[in-house]
Amino acid sequence: MSATTKPSSAKASQADSPPRSYGLIAEFETPAQIMKAAERVRDSGYKWWDCCTPFPVHGLDKAMGIRQTILPIIVFFMGMAGTCAAFVLQSFTNASDWTVWAGVWVTGYPFLISGKPFMSLPAFIPVMFELTILFAALSTFGLMFAFNGLPQLYHPLFRNKRFRRATDDRFFIVIEARDPHYFKARTWEFLESLDPIAIEEVED
Amino acid sequence: MTTMNVNTKVRSGETDNTQDVPGSRAPLVLNMNKFNQVTQQVCQVAEARRTPMAWYITFAIGLGLLSLLGFCIVYLIVTGVGVWGLNNPVMWAYDITNFVFWVGIGHAGTLISAILFLFRQKWRTGINRFAEAMTIFAVMCAGIFPGIHVGRVWVVYWLFPLPNQMEMWPQFRSPLLWDVFAVGTYFTVSLLFWFTGLVPDLATMRDRAKGKIQQIAYGAFSLGWRGSNRHWHRYERAYLLLAALSTPLVLSVHSVVSFDFATSQLPGWHTTIFPPYFVAGAIFSGFAMVVTLAIPAREMFGLKNLITLRHLDNMNKVILLTGCMVGYAYSMEFFIAWYSGAIYEKFAFINRAFGQYWWAYFLMVSCNVITPQLFWFKAIRTSIPIMFALSLLVNVGMWFERFVIIVTSLANDFLPFLMGRVHAHLGRHRNLLREFRSLPGDVHAVLSLPPDDRHRRSEGGHARGGSAFR
Repeated sequence: MSATTKPSSAKASQADSPPRSYGLIAEFETPAQIMKAAERVRDSGYKWWDCCTPFPVHGLDKAMGIRQTILPIIVFFMGMAGTCAAFVLQSFTNASDWTVWAGVWVTGYPFLISGKPFMSLPAFIPVMFELTILFAALSTFGLMFAFNGLPQLYHPLFRNKRFRRATDDRFFIVIEARDPHYFKARTWEFLESLDPIAIEEVED
Repeated sequence: MTTMNVNTKVRSGETDNTQDVPGSRAPLVLNMNKFNQVTQQVCQVAEARRTPMAWYITFAIGLGLLSLLGFCIVYLIVTGVGVWGLNNPVMWAYDITNFVFWVGIGHAGTLISAILFLFRQKWRTGINRFAEAMTIFAVMCAGIFPGIHVGRVWVVYWLFPLPNQMEMWPQFRSPLLWDVFAVGTYFTVSLLFWFTGLVPDLATMRDRAKGKIQQIAYGAFSLGWRGSNRHWHRYERAYLLLAALSTPLVLSVHSVVSFDFATSQLPGWHTTIFPPYFVAGAIFSGFAMVVTLAIPAREMFGLKNLITLRHLDNMNKVILLTGCMVGYAYSMEFFIAWYSGAIYEKFAFINRAFGQYWWAYFLMVSCNVITPQLFWFKAIRTSIPIMFALSLLVNVGMWFERFVIIVTSLANDFLPFLMGRVHAHLGRHRNLLREFRSLPGDVHAVLSLPPDDRHRRSEGGHARGGSAFR
């Protein structure tokens, strides 16, 4: 899936060597069909394969054998980091007279307001809560896309006309050429046995 | 997928699908039996060759009001906050009224997208995206007012804990600073939530796009989404997490906004009921705003099969429920004012209803308590013109609720000479008109959502509601 492959250069290189194959795609019409097919692909030992669907199909994770993501655990710790950051920020700025290096030299200021204690934890809680949510939400958003390898503006599948319906109303199974079990003819035959509407080869 | 409900009947162009048939789930979309039809119906709005005339007209109105807002803000900044008719002791009036009002409007969007998601209310998918967009614009409107009400807007950065040459820090024991963090977090999280939901829909638009510019723009913003189920798996987790984070967040935001008042010692403000009462009022006004925006959108863009009468009926039920909560809060405030035995508290409340601002109180109660009671009747809940009128009245009422709480409590100070000033303040209401002008200016921001933004919401219905209409 090299980003440098352009349609023109692919055509030019056709003369000396055939274009490298990204893999095979099989098109299905309903969520139920892809669910059945996915179970078969999972059980046949392929590793580098995927289902592409216009919306999340419930139960497909299990049918594909996807392991639970660790995202929620990381998000929990990021949230806790937010809580601590807010506590440190507030107690440093309002209840200490330390001078520390935080990009620039900054000095805390013991702020006496209406005789309240410098370290007024109950009053610090709203900001601690907000920063917990902020850190957790930002890391949810950032890490979800990062773990998914997005943004990735080029992908071989985008060059396939048929695949455009993956975001509309069609369900695809993709088996990549780099899979050790992948042999074009045999994989094609296997996909045919899953009873799709169409099978196509995608160039890398 | 969808079959016609047995009890579905067509009445004056509206398909009435509000009947519940025991043993069968009500369809979420009408008159469709293919996935592609949903995509088609949603995308036709953005892909239409010609933008409807009505859109240009509403956009022009919105733009006009926005320029008026810009003019008013410049006038305010160069003149001073006195143009709001502020005086001593009424140092907060339209600014904070507008702030609280707009933050409250925003809350319905988060309620629909997060809380209804957690409760597995699948009908939300027809309206959630544009309700989220409404949230973002409403929070932007809200953010304007604290920003400009400080008077010296050029030092507004003092709100943030930034190292500066004065070696000064904000005061973290103040609810006004909590507000900065609450509203800032709320805006950020709403934006992330909205965008996360939007990415697969943008990918749909990208794959359908015909022009080069559209392909590049949709392609860039859809981040290369290709519907991989390995992606969907993390995406669904992340969406659930964002919903679970937004739910306490939205409750905290309006609670913190109410702390601006509740933690002070002013009679009329110093009450423990404020946080839940403010949140109920926020949802109440926000749902009314969603109805106000949904009705013209579904008419103009032909989305009646996606935003069905059942959606509107459900929203009206939420308005009825939260309207009752708000009514309960009003009466409980009065009861506590009497029960507390505090004479100042008692005066504040009797004066609120019968004092110099009785007319505002009267508007508030009639719009917020009496109006929603009409929604007990099904004929009213399913009548488009009546619900549109009532939703507007609710918004008027909720604006006056914020006004009543803020101004009546401040206007009657303890010092006799300040009490005299109250009448002077009344006399200054020639300024009222000017203030009201800045309010609709914000409405523009909501009105002027570009056409593709307005209906992307139902794309969400298509994308995430998939299993529901299967």
